[in-house]
Amino acid sequence: MSSPNDLFNQPLAVINIGLKIFAEALQAQAVPCVHVDWRPPAGGNPDLLAVLARLNS
Amino acid sequence: MITRNVVKKNYYSDSVTLMLLSSKIGKMAGVKEAAVMMATDHNKELLTRSGLLLPEGRTATPNDMIIAVTAEDEKSAEAVLQAVEEYFAEEGKSQAGSDEEMVTTKTQATALRLLPGANLALISVPGRYAAHEARKALDNNLHVFLFSDNVTLEEEKELKEKAAAKGLLMMGPDCGTAIINGVGLGFANAVKRGSIGLVAAAGTGLQEVTCLIDKLGGGISQALGTGGRDVKAAIGGSMMLMGLRALAADPATRVIVLISKPPEEAVLDRLTEAIKAIDKPVVTCFLGARVDVAGEKVYPVRTLQEAALKAVELSGMAADRAASYFMSDNLLQQTAAAEAARFGGQQKYLRGLYSGGTLCSEAIFLLEPLLGSVYSNVALDPEYLLPDPETSKGHTLIDMGEDYFTDGRPHPMIDPGYRVERLRREALDPETAVILLDVLIGYGSHADPAGALVPAIREAKEAAAAAGRYLSVVASVCGTPADPQGLEQQEEKLREAGVIVMPSNAQASLLAAAIITSCASTR
Repeated sequence: MSSPNDLFNQPLAVINIGLKIFAEALQAQAVPCVHVDWRPPAGGNPDLLAVLARLNS
Repeated sequence: MITRNVVKKNYYSDSVTLMLLSSKIGKMAGVKEAAVMMATDHNKELLTRSGLLLPEGRTATPNDMIIAVTAEDEKSAEAVLQAVEEYFAEEGKSQAGSDEEMVTTKTQATALRLLPGANLALISVPGRYAAHEARKALDNNLHVFLFSDNVTLEEEKELKEKAAAKGLLMMGPDCGTAIINGVGLGFANAVKRGSIGLVAAAGTGLQEVTCLIDKLGGGISQALGTGGRDVKAAIGGSMMLMGLRALAADPATRVIVLISKPPEEAVLDRLTEAIKAIDKPVVTCFLGARVDVAGEKVYPVRTLQEAALKAVELSGMAADRAASYFMSDNLLQQTAAAEAARFGGQQKYLRGLYSGGTLCSEAIFLLEPLLGSVYSNVALDPEYLLPDPETSKGHTLIDMGEDYFTDGRPHPMIDPGYRVERLRREALDPETAVILLDVLIGYGSHADPAGALVPAIREAKEAAAAAGRYLSVVASVCGTPADPQGLEQQEEKLREAGVIVMPSNAQASLLAAAIITSCASTR
């Protein structure tokens, strides 16, 4: 079981998924960060996405 | 006029990048309208509405990018298409060149392998994909800051239940700001560390209070965001409660501040119960309502400014020292009278153009009793809800970060372009007397928001003078000296353009109201 209070006692290390401006802001604050250059799954195709969701569940 | 569409197959870029690029190319010579968007159904609808979509664009899929332009002639249209190509070529180069500085990968799973000590995921993907990414992050035992909006209430509930069961923070969806261990997440300011901990269901409210605490000499232990819907009955204040308990147990936190719009009754009962069990002073600020939470160590306040003042007092600072940061009532009234004396005969209305939603709510709350009727696109009272957000009526306060304005357009905190346009329009209205503005700086915000507003402010003031009027402009800057844009530099730019810069949004609102009432009483 984790706790927010454990987080308060650790140096922050962040995975940024999406907008790059937020990864840049973390970089400017010298926070360890990996940026995920996110793309829509299934090429953003809603039908294909529904199939993937069914497979995953 | 000529319209051109170019479809880039299987090409993706995030919405903020594309909206900023659209805004830039829209200002090029000979261009009537231009946009670069991912070809989702919604975006194609937006392009259709602005007459920008051609049959070749209509066939594009959500995985494709559309560049659309309407220009005076072929040459201008071609220049836009070329500028977009150059932009992406340049971005490709800079990404390749900055690999050493920013570690970039394609999936959350790989990111975890590259950063094994990761403890938090900051997620800002489009809403329909956001819950999926957040779920994965929680499964990987990461605390989550979810910036994305358009996540369903059911998904929010599910994510928050999952997080609570694992003891993880689930900040958001639609969470704009947090400061954890001194690190700003999303849109946050560089504030000093200290003994005041905050939990807020109001993004720019959290920014204003943390900045005011910093300006008053106090410091922040942790500032947690919950997302605005957390206090709805369906969610039950789940993250707010977890945040309160965490701050109560945190030895570095001596004073707690809670900021939120008025919660639903069942949620308020749960919050009250939790607050009463805390053995630390708790300042409660339920904006827009007088909600008194009873309790020996509970301090209900009405505004963001009062929340900051009370918190620094409780953290041990002398009340008079903190209060001296603000403008005295006397000076405020004198300043108002001096401004009011300069107006032309028809000028009588206040027009507030906000980029911060909670700051706009604070202004409405303060101004309503002083000015009688205040119209807004976010008014709680339907009588004062603007029928058309594009057209002001009487005294008007506009939240330009609200969905109507940000559909297909960048948020005004990132790109002040549309706010500048609106400012120009308001200034042309012979009945406009005072323009009220907020300027938000910090991580994530525009690199120079004051600099972007100043040319329009100068032009507006000059045009008013030429027409025998005087335009009063009042603003406050939400930020700190340590922010990348610099508080003093931003304030100075505004002052040089003739803007009266107040120490807080509350005081800027009060001065604007005093100018209006002083003007009315001298006629």
